[in-house]
Amino acid sequence: MLKPTIGCEVHCELKTATKLFCGCKNEFGGEPNTHCCPICSGFPGTLPTLNERAVEYAVKAGLALGCTINKFSKWDRKNYFYPDLPKAWQTSQYDLPLCVGGYVEFELNGETKRVRLNRIHLEEDAGKLVHDGGVSRVDYNRCGVPLIEIVTEPDMHSADEVVAFLTALKSVLKYTGVSDVKMQEGSLRCDVNLSVAEEGAPLGTRTETKNLNSFRAVARSVLYETRRQIEVIESGGKVEQETRRFDDARGVGYAMRSKEDAHDYRYFPEPDLLPVVFTDERIEEIAASIPSLPKARKERYVTEYGLPRYDAEVLTIDKEVSDLFDGAVAAGADPKKTSNFIMSEVLRLAKTDGAEDADIKISATVLAEIVKMQAADELNNLAAKSLLSMVWGTNDDPREVAKNKGLIQSNDEGAIKEIFDGVIAANASQVNDFLNGNDKLRGYFVGQVMRAAGGKANPKIINALLDALKENGK
Amino acid sequence: MKDDITALSIKALTEAFDKREVSSVEATKACLARIKNSDLNNYITVCESEALSCAEKADESRKNGEGGPLTGVPIAVKDNISTEGVLTTCASKFLQNYVPPFDATVVEKLKKAGAVIIGKTNLDEFAMGSTNENSAFGAVKNVKDKSRVPGGSSGGSANAVASFEAYAALGSDTGGSIRQPASYCGVVGLKPTYSAVSRYGLVAFASSLDQIGPLARTTDDALTVLKAIVGRDSLDTTSANAPALPAALDGNIKGKTIGVAEQFLTGADKAVAAQFDKAIAAAEKLGARIKKVSISSFDAALAVYYVISSAEAASNLSRYDGVKYGMRADKFSDIADLYTKSRTAYFGSEVKRRIMIGNYVLSSGYYDAYYLKASKVRTVIMREFDAALSGCDGILCPTAPTVAPKIGAQTTPAETYLSDVYTVPVNIAGLPAVSVPFGEADGLPVGVQVIGKAFDEGGILNIAKALEVSAKGGAAC
Repeated sequence: MLKPTIGCEVHCELKTATKLFCGCKNEFGGEPNTHCCPICSGFPGTLPTLNERAVEYAVKAGLALGCTINKFSKWDRKNYFYPDLPKAWQTSQYDLPLCVGGYVEFELNGETKRVRLNRIHLEEDAGKLVHDGGVSRVDYNRCGVPLIEIVTEPDMHSADEVVAFLTALKSVLKYTGVSDVKMQEGSLRCDVNLSVAEEGAPLGTRTETKNLNSFRAVARSVLYETRRQIEVIESGGKVEQETRRFDDARGVGYAMRSKEDAHDYRYFPEPDLLPVVFTDERIEEIAASIPSLPKARKERYVTEYGLPRYDAEVLTIDKEVSDLFDGAVAAGADPKKTSNFIMSEVLRLAKTDGAEDADIKISATVLAEIVKMQAADELNNLAAKSLLSMVWGTNDDPREVAKNKGLIQSNDEGAIKEIFDGVIAANASQVNDFLNGNDKLRGYFVGQVMRAAGGKANPKIINALLDALKENGK
Repeated sequence: MKDDITALSIKALTEAFDKREVSSVEATKACLARIKNSDLNNYITVCESEALSCAEKADESRKNGEGGPLTGVPIAVKDNISTEGVLTTCASKFLQNYVPPFDATVVEKLKKAGAVIIGKTNLDEFAMGSTNENSAFGAVKNVKDKSRVPGGSSGGSANAVASFEAYAALGSDTGGSIRQPASYCGVVGLKPTYSAVSRYGLVAFASSLDQIGPLARTTDDALTVLKAIVGRDSLDTTSANAPALPAALDGNIKGKTIGVAEQFLTGADKAVAAQFDKAIAAAEKLGARIKKVSISSFDAALAVYYVISSAEAASNLSRYDGVKYGMRADKFSDIADLYTKSRTAYFGSEVKRRIMIGNYVLSSGYYDAYYLKASKVRTVIMREFDAALSGCDGILCPTAPTVAPKIGAQTTPAETYLSDVYTVPVNIAGLPAVSVPFGEADGLPVGVQVIGKAFDEGGILNIAKALEVSAKGGAAC
């Protein structure tokens, strides 16, 4: 059976304050050509000055991904003509990149999987072409934004694996704080190299699908390209080595240029920049600045709090979620209850419209307060959920809001018993069925009492009353 | 005195400023008048009003006793060095309308030193050439003989200094472009150590070889201008701080060891070789010891140069694509057509030749045989120069194998390339060298080149000064 083999080249913009080779602001958006200067727009006579912070960030990412840092790396010119590339070369790293080796680890279908990295190098981003009404314009705002290119080995074999790899990679990059890793803003982009072959046979001819900018597009293009190549081979054809694009709106891939038309980039060492030299001390210094990574946090959640592995994985993928969890626990909330509440309620609010990133709009202390109130039987599940929605984005004092909105749960056994007795008296036949073993009716009774109590009755007390009824009824 | 103020050295001019014999406005006007009446074609752009207002300011500050050694001195700048608000054409049709929005670091430094930028001088297009004939703005006529070239690529700069249209000039030197025209025009031309002067704002030809340096009437003046422009610049990270330059040159070379490499003696015209022998004899007479040295890789330097400089040029000149600045083809069907038509129409033939050579040596399958090999030989040349210079204070050789040729006399590129045979190896090695006039051959100026250790501009200028004084019939110190 023909099986795909996949490798990725991931481009990730670094969130330094300024660009890689000039003092212009590194900021997403802005009016066209307002974040550029003679240097990043390639005026004659200008020269680059290396942004040391960008180098530090690239090394930080490399260390977080287990790479070896080259103590001597250099810059090369990648020459090609395109209007978004004002110098007509991209300053990049060819044979001596900053980082080599490394890996990305993730869990998929209960198995731990590792994708090896070939290298990570630092380079500058190009500008953007804006096509409008038959006219093309260039926006150089993005020109010179520092970019790392992460190149994997061909270690993946399915769309699921590629998405899981990207998710884990994105997670690590976000933890290190070197990038926003927002695919929708283009700060993370992925090229997919894919070939198909019989298992055990040598790899087939590969194609490269460039510039995929959402997980969904990556997954769909992998499925599309796998199917396309299999069809080509099964119908007796040969896969051509080519560069392709994927039209996500139409769900269709198409060839951009063939091998014959491939660019000859005429790489050569950049004479305007000195090589980058690192000492062990400096590398250790950067390593020490890396915060605890998702893997370490996951292990801690499992061993220290006894969370299930799956839950720990979900909580740690996104640094903001993990930070929220840690913050709430530090504020005195029970870890397991906090974990459950985040997974069932918080993430639902934080990830609307199938967003890849959680948008957390609640503080750890407010969340801790809600979890604690729920644990103290001051809120039932429904009330806790409503309260979360009410303070989402406002971070108002949850206790005040709960009081004002009448969400505080009644634990007055006498009062609840009174309502309960009324419900029992009014539902004789259902009581009969319940006593004869139809336990499904338990929910019905809890609902009836709850409704009569205005949603404020502690369901534990209602359940205890139902238990007692059953006991006595027998 | 005031009749020939344009003929003064910077030193004499500033002394006259201080004695109130002459003002900067007068000196500037005198230069401008010469330029106006000149048919030499030294300038592409003359900055008349800017120069005069700058001269007025200079006179003002001299009155207040604030002047420095360049305050109020009219200086020309090669037209491949960026000047804010002033055309910087590189003598190319492509940039005939290009006005930079910033000053090159050297221009900023000259302005701070109070110098009067009088205009932008002619050159070979993008500094590619050795005769100044490859200019979109026409050839420059050598002031010593108008039927001859001034040399290149800084032909306009050298000739402007020689013809009293400026007191000094900035040039750029990638393979001899300051020294060779200095030799042809009979002025002093210094190429500093690679990295000693910031390249920021110098329109790049070959980034690993380009250096900006002064052309002047005397070695003292060359030192004065050099002092104003040297030093590390945060905008050029390949630039470096050099050790301090001497306060003045004494021209004393007694006890100095001067190297003579046999490889630098072959190929020179008889008359030039004879003049060079006189220079050696003069140095010996002044108490210098002459020592034979060897640069056996000398032969390879020209080949290395044309591989590396063309490779870098091909890349550096790719930015002229008709999209951003400079000229754009009128009609085109798509982006590739826009590139092709613009570059075909607005680059000259020598520039096109270098771009083709450069892309060829970098292309897949040829890189190792050409670019990589040239880089390796470059290292060998560097080492040989270092070894030769470790045993002497400077290497002496002719600056160029001939005197200035006739306009139109050189018919093949290879012939022209040979005129840089003595200067090119110095750029490959990244060393400083100065060309100083030493008499004449066939009635035309001959230059002698002094090559020194890295950052020993002071040392080679001092040897050059000894020869300068000797050539003028002066006594040794």
